Amino acid sequence: MTTMTEDEVRSQVRDYLEANWDPNRGLVEWRGMLAESGWGMPHWPKEWLGRGLPLGMTAIVDEEFNKFGAIGAAKMGIRVLAAATILEHGTDLQKQKYLKGIMTGEETWCQLFSEPGSGSDLAGAATRADFKDGKWIINGQKVWTTSAHHADYALLLARTDWDAVKHKGLSYFILDMHQPGVQVHQLKQMNGHASFNQVFITDAAIEANMQVGELGEGWKVATTTLMNERRGADSARRYESGTDRPERIYEEERQEIATVMAPYTWYPQRTGRVDLLIDQAKAMGVWNDPDIRQEIAKTLTIAKSAEWTARRARAASQAGKPQGPEGSIGKLAASIVARSANLTHTKIAGPNAMLTGEEDGAGGVVAEILVSTPAISIAGGTDEIQRNIISERILKMPKENRTDTDRPFRDVPRNQVG
Amino acid sequence: MKFSFSEEQEEFRTALRRFLQAKSPTTEVRKQMQTEQGYDPAVWQQMCNELALASLHIPEEYGGAGFGIADLSIACEEMGRALLCSPYFGSVVLAATAIREAGSEDQRRQFLPAFAAGETIGALCVVEGRGGWAAEAISMVAQKDGNSYRLSGDKSHVVDGLMASVLVVVAKKPDGELGLFIVKAEADGVSRKAQASMDPTRKLAAVSFSNTPAELLNGDNASGAYERTLDIALACLAGEMVGGAERLREDALEYVSMRMQFGRSIASFQVTKHKAADMLLDVELAKSAAYYAAAAVDEGDADARGVVALAKAGASDAYIQTAVHAVQMHGGIGFTFDNDTHLWFKRAKASEVFLGDANQNRERMLQNWGDDS
Repeated sequence: MTTMTEDEVRSQVRDYLEANWDPNRGLVEWRGMLAESGWGMPHWPKEWLGRGLPLGMTAIVDEEFNKFGAIGAAKMGIRVLAAATILEHGTDLQKQKYLKGIMTGEETWCQLFSEPGSGSDLAGAATRADFKDGKWIINGQKVWTTSAHHADYALLLARTDWDAVKHKGLSYFILDMHQPGVQVHQLKQMNGHASFNQVFITDAAIEANMQVGELGEGWKVATTTLMNERRGADSARRYESGTDRPERIYEEERQEIATVMAPYTWYPQRTGRVDLLIDQAKAMGVWNDPDIRQEIAKTLTIAKSAEWTARRARAASQAGKPQGPEGSIGKLAASIVARSANLTHTKIAGPNAMLTGEEDGAGGVVAEILVSTPAISIAGGTDEIQRNIISERILKMPKENRTDTDRPFRDVPRNQVG
Repeated sequence: MKFSFSEEQEEFRTALRRFLQAKSPTTEVRKQMQTEQGYDPAVWQQMCNELALASLHIPEEYGGAGFGIADLSIACEEMGRALLCSPYFGSVVLAATAIREAGSEDQRRQFLPAFAAGETIGALCVVEGRGGWAAEAISMVAQKDGNSYRLSGDKSHVVDGLMASVLVVVAKKPDGELGLFIVKAEADGVSRKAQASMDPTRKLAAVSFSNTPAELLNGDNASGAYERTLDIALACLAGEMVGGAERLREDALEYVSMRMQFGRSIASFQVTKHKAADMLLDVELAKSAAYYAAAAVDEGDADARGVVALAKAGASDAYIQTAVHAVQMHGGIGFTFDNDTHLWFKRAKASEVFLGDANQNRERMLQNWGDDS
């Protein structure tokens, strides 16, 4: 671990960028240079394309990049989780083979964890990995797989031991998506968009050296991935918009962002779009309707209260105080805000809530809100799981008795696949 | 300071919580609530002399401590948590604030030091029947009498009105504009009687005036002063309410964590856990709004009035919802008199409509909603 000061880091980044940044380079070429210099992922180890800086210093490096208008390493999507998992649990061969492609953005990753029979109960995965003739042969079905339709590789959680207890029979693999045994189908949602995929795996093969971590330790490795997913939820948002500068590298970045973000144009709508309520009410001529006003004020009240609660949590963490309950309720609060906003938009729309697309009186946005908010109470951890987490971790209430952790997994009652 | 408290504020809260744990256990609350006076004068003395609580938001030039509404709201939150029986809200939060906002320089100098010392207990007389605390619902008209005024008519729902020695009465001036008037409680034509209050820990009185001499608080713009008084009182009430709600939530959680049924802790049932999680969410959201609102008043935000109304509306819904859940989580014992839950339930119910219910405050909120809110 380095002992460089903040100022030293800043001045080194500046020196590097002054000498090397050129917006007329290609995106991949530039990121290849970043990989060589260690400034693309400065918190990665020195021997693996980084500089061994503490994680806290990366924000400073980003700031200096922003001042130059310089583009950093590829960070969108599952790639960051793949890198974090491989760095922590992977072999040298795996690091050698994948880290650079992750950083340059040349190779895209997806995460094959959830299954039709295991969503909230992720450790109940029943996709099989059987060892035959020196290779792992994979069979099963995965779902909710963002980016699977253009991914090169996947992080795969599969069951290698059916006699072990649930969490001890899983192993973790890197799957090459470009093979005949892997079929990707888009999963269309009730709002008409298709942001996720189902992945059907039939006799797909994985070389023995593409297992990550020990055999039977897949759950532990997956925990690393999931923890990074949670940590990264904030930083990913920054990459939703590029710049409109004309040079070649910005144009290439815009294309990259457009590809990754294409499935998510409806994401703002699933939050309920509280920001549109008052304007919509005025546009529909119901701003002075006392019932509508009550509904708008109710939604604004919980939305603002949730926003201020998140700010309290952030202030506590910035002051180095232990996290209080205010830091754990954001996900559940977002669901309630979205539900309330949906009801209020419906009342504002009146009969127009029966229409969709351009006919809805708001260019289709309101109609999209009305059929998109249900997803937010489920995606990324259902409201019910959030309440379990809050009650068990924050309120210290006891866990419900379980019947799935004291016997071989093959004896645990579970869904039929599909 | 909308999202965190200073170290001094945290220390103040800790000291006050310790004091109130000692002085206002529920045995004491039950004792005081059965008296007509409704509070222990010895505890009031200590609050004012040792902790200077009555002086918090009164400016230093009038004998106060010169702190902000955020500090006053912390005091209210802790008192709400402990369900302290005291004339604090009526006297300090309502009457002293009204004088601070509506009084001339001379009048502030005359009245506020005794409020700050806790020697004067005051009350704010606003409500006329069903009309509530809205300025437009006030119909009492003061009659001019030389340089002074005379008041006639009835006010009700006067918080801490029976023990007050100074009454601040909101009425119309002869020109139809709003005015705030000081009346000595022992003045001619004042008659007071206790109202049977559903929440016995907060005493209400009906106060009648018959040709009673009154002094106009003649700072600038009484109407604006009354609205500012309401803003401050609403912020403090929201604080008091989230303090009570949090106490209810904690007590209910402690109870279900002890209770065994069907051979297991009832706290292990998801139906109980999910209710507890929802209660935490309700209370934390309402707390964030109450804290933000008090700070917005202190910082003079353009949208402070809307934000304060939001906080009270949120607290109205959250407090009574938490109280309903708390009774349910206690099961049968939860609706008995012996169990303490009903003490807070009644405070929650009374506070729900005090200074305007959730609907009225939501309307006040939207009428004062800024574009940058």
